[in-house]
Amino acid sequence: MSLLKVNDLKIHYPIRGGFFRRVVDHVKAVDGISFELQPGETYGLVGESGCGKTTSGRAIIGLNNVTSGELLFEGKDLAKMGRMERRKHTKDIQMIFQDPYSSLNVRKNVLNIIAEPLRNFERLSPKEELLRVQELVARVGLSPESIYKYPHQFSGGQRQRIGIARALALKPKLIIADEPVSALDVSVQAQVLNFMQEIQEDFGLTYLFISHDLGIIQHMCDRIGIMYRGRFVEEGTASEIYNNPQHLYTKRLIAAIPELDPEKRFEKMHLRQSINQEYQNDYNNYFDKDGRMYDLKRISESHSVAMQ
Amino acid sequence: MKNPVLEINDLRASFNIKGNYYAAVDGVSLTVHENEVVAIVGESGCGKSALANSIMGLHNLKNTKLEGEINFGNQNLLELPLAKFNKIRGKDIAMIFQDPMTALNPLATIGRQIEEPMDYHLKLSASEKKNRTLELLRRVGIKNEQRVYEQYPHELSGGMRQRVVIAIALSCDPVVLLADEPTTALDVTIQAQIMDLMKELQNQTKTGIILITHDLGVVAEMADRVVVMYAGEIVEMADVKDLFENPLHPYTRSLLNSIPANFEGKEKLHVIDGIVPSLQNLDRTGCRFAPRIAWIPEEDHEERPEMHEAEPNHFVRCSCYKTFYFPEDRVGENEYVATES
Amino acid sequence: MLQFILRRTLIMIPQIILVSIIVFLLAKAMPGDALTGAFQGNPDVSQEQIQKIREKLGLNDPWYQQYGRWLGNAVQGDFGQSYVHKQPVTHLLAGKVENTLLLSFFTLVVTYIIAIPLGIISGRWTDTWADKIIVTYNYFAFATPVFVFALLMMYLFSFVLGWLPYGSSVDIKLEEGTWDYFVSRAKHLVLPVLSGALIATYSTIQYLRNDIIDQKLKDYVKTARAKGVPEGKVYIRHILRNSLLPIAAFLGMEITLMITGSIFIESIFSYPGLGFLFIQSISTRDYSVVTALVLISSTAVIIGTMLSDIILSIVDPRIRIE
Repeated sequence: MSLLKVNDLKIHYPIRGGFFRRVVDHVKAVDGISFELQPGETYGLVGESGCGKTTSGRAIIGLNNVTSGELLFEGKDLAKMGRMERRKHTKDIQMIFQDPYSSLNVRKNVLNIIAEPLRNFERLSPKEELLRVQELVARVGLSPESIYKYPHQFSGGQRQRIGIARALALKPKLIIADEPVSALDVSVQAQVLNFMQEIQEDFGLTYLFISHDLGIIQHMCDRIGIMYRGRFVEEGTASEIYNNPQHLYTKRLIAAIPELDPEKRFEKMHLRQSINQEYQNDYNNYFDKDGRMYDLKRISESHSVAMQ
Repeated sequence: MKNPVLEINDLRASFNIKGNYYAAVDGVSLTVHENEVVAIVGESGCGKSALANSIMGLHNLKNTKLEGEINFGNQNLLELPLAKFNKIRGKDIAMIFQDPMTALNPLATIGRQIEEPMDYHLKLSASEKKNRTLELLRRVGIKNEQRVYEQYPHELSGGMRQRVVIAIALSCDPVVLLADEPTTALDVTIQAQIMDLMKELQNQTKTGIILITHDLGVVAEMADRVVVMYAGEIVEMADVKDLFENPLHPYTRSLLNSIPANFEGKEKLHVIDGIVPSLQNLDRTGCRFAPRIAWIPEEDHEERPEMHEAEPNHFVRCSCYKTFYFPEDRVGENEYVATES
Repeated sequence: MLQFILRRTLIMIPQIILVSIIVFLLAKAMPGDALTGAFQGNPDVSQEQIQKIREKLGLNDPWYQQYGRWLGNAVQGDFGQSYVHKQPVTHLLAGKVENTLLLSFFTLVVTYIIAIPLGIISGRWTDTWADKIIVTYNYFAFATPVFVFALLMMYLFSFVLGWLPYGSSVDIKLEEGTWDYFVSRAKHLVLPVLSGALIATYSTIQYLRNDIIDQKLKDYVKTARAKGVPEGKVYIRHILRNSLLPIAAFLGMEITLMITGSIFIESIFSYPGLGFLFIQSISTRDYSVVTALVLISSTAVIIGTMLSDIILSIVDPRIRIE
């Protein structure tokens, strides 16, 4: 059974207009997406700003209201649960945020930051709590004395580790990582990414990895879903997406990754130009008459594309 | 050899921190030629932004000390009075900023903002200015230029605004163009568009471009020559092909190995030990990268690391590059675990 | 744009109705009514007689009926009788509204004339001696209660130096319309206006100084400098435009605040305006006047807020509504 199954998820926001501010239309932030996460895998949700990837991630953890659709976590629909019932499952799903600077409370020391979820969900004696926190701090590679320090005393990479330790405190099954390394320098990025891979093995974690950076997604993910304007454009394994992209938008995204071989830069520039040309010529193959993406169509066991 | 347009000589930019001055740019020498893109790469804290602000005169001089020379034509910009410097910046030396969302004045129309440098540097009538502005908008790939001319920044998307920022920089045909992370704040596909646009524009003019970035991908796509900075110093300088084919300095090699896009699949990325030292904690004697490659014996470093021309036109600081190796390559396994103190 | 203004105006109506209900109920809740004061302790009037008059005046009706009558009259400009002055409230207000508007207007103008240049100097040249002097003045302005300062001003300029008159709004011996009358009015305004303005500068100076310091670090200012714009022009064309925008926008609110805030100044200088009347009426429990004044000033605040919204939507392109 899949750990998480998202079924036709829609998140719409009303637009009000006219004299009486009536609802005249909806912003379809997420407009019918479906995907499944198998235990232990890393699933990448990729797209540019405004494509709905973050909204989807936040909906799964309960930070956004769902307009319609199912969020089946271990077979139970989170979207239909009440607040109290849902709370039981928040233990199993945790989130790592983009900005390690703003996602940690600056007035709390590391002990209090990491212990917070424990205090909310588990009754531990102060001694047990301290032990658990020490364990976690050691696991994320910080020194034992750092539990009495405050966030500003750490570097960006270390802060992200604190955020990860907090997410791990309740031994979750699923971690939603929303652009976890976008605010970090390349070499620090590498540290955090390696580390996320290590703890995935140790804790048997499943990741929903949300990012705009295709390089990182390719490196981290088993399967990938490409989002555009609130819908899925293409879904497949990492190698299917990178080596055999089908949808024009996917091709465009991949062509946009800067080429690390200076010799190929003009080749890459021409590739982009020809894709733009194709975009103009074959628009109708990829979008219906309302400019909406088609539904996903299966082209192999694991590879689907939104085409007619 | 092409004509040099900007020469930086032993530049030192120091910030006042609690009464003492610490150099963020520590003896940088660099020449930019016409029609050339020089990329300055490094991570946060390497001094690349301080370098850009020094060239553009954007430091707050109350707490910044500038030494050395930035020679443009036959004048040292650091010695020019502000009134004279203002005749140069915006005209001969222009800048493209990182974040198009904040780089434009929210209360002025796009047309006004592009025309503004012309007010001070070019003697043009109102209609000439407008025509020139519309022409610039077309050049940076904006199709409905008449409409955009009247619009305010908030009415444009990020990519469009960055095109406007570029148009402002190009408004008086600069000789030197300073681009500070011009694509960092943009979406991937927009980044690609802006990179291609800049390459195209560069082919049309003789402008020398200084491209400041942390993104080695952008460097590989755009630069002719690359300068790698670490802790305020240049550690490596080479033509772009040489640098990517044959990186020499341990820092450059480490950086290249930590980019995920350089790997297929789930291989471990290289991690640089330790952290970038803060200005106050930086040990300024000896090789500044030494603490982060502690497995390299001390005697492999120079006492006072100099730039060496290791290969023709390929410069590298310190001798440690000769014996440098990645520990994970020697062990063969992925046993190497990152530690951070 | 027109639609926005229209909608903004319509939203005001329920706001004003709500405020009027609250004001009315508060007035009702106060101990005693029109008759308590009028016949208090008068042995010639018996309780039964009072009850009868109450019934006749409708004071025993349910509150919403009384409210309906009161509001209906108020809309027509009839706020009832003043129990103390024994004349219609509207009569009492006439002339005072004008006085207060005059006082508030000039106080605001003088406040801006002083505060805007000082705020700009202090924000642009931070940590210079000029800035330090301005900041010190500002602390004093903040810390000094307006009535203390007003008394000091009065003592110094009226009693000691004898330069300026105090009390009333004009020399009553003078004939309206003459030049001397005009000069006398102006002279009577000087002290109240200066006392109010020198203290009121505080918020504007503080705001401008902080905002300019803030704006100075913004990226668009860097862009302007990189364009080669001379430093003075960087301020005029870029920083000040952004910093002064909220001040322009708050104009609507500011003027109503001045009107409602003139209580102290008016009572100290015995300046016959709404504030002076307000204090008088409270101390004599002249409830019908108090209610009328509260209603007028809260309506003014609501209108002022609306004006601010509309001004802001005109001057700031980011919230300009199509």
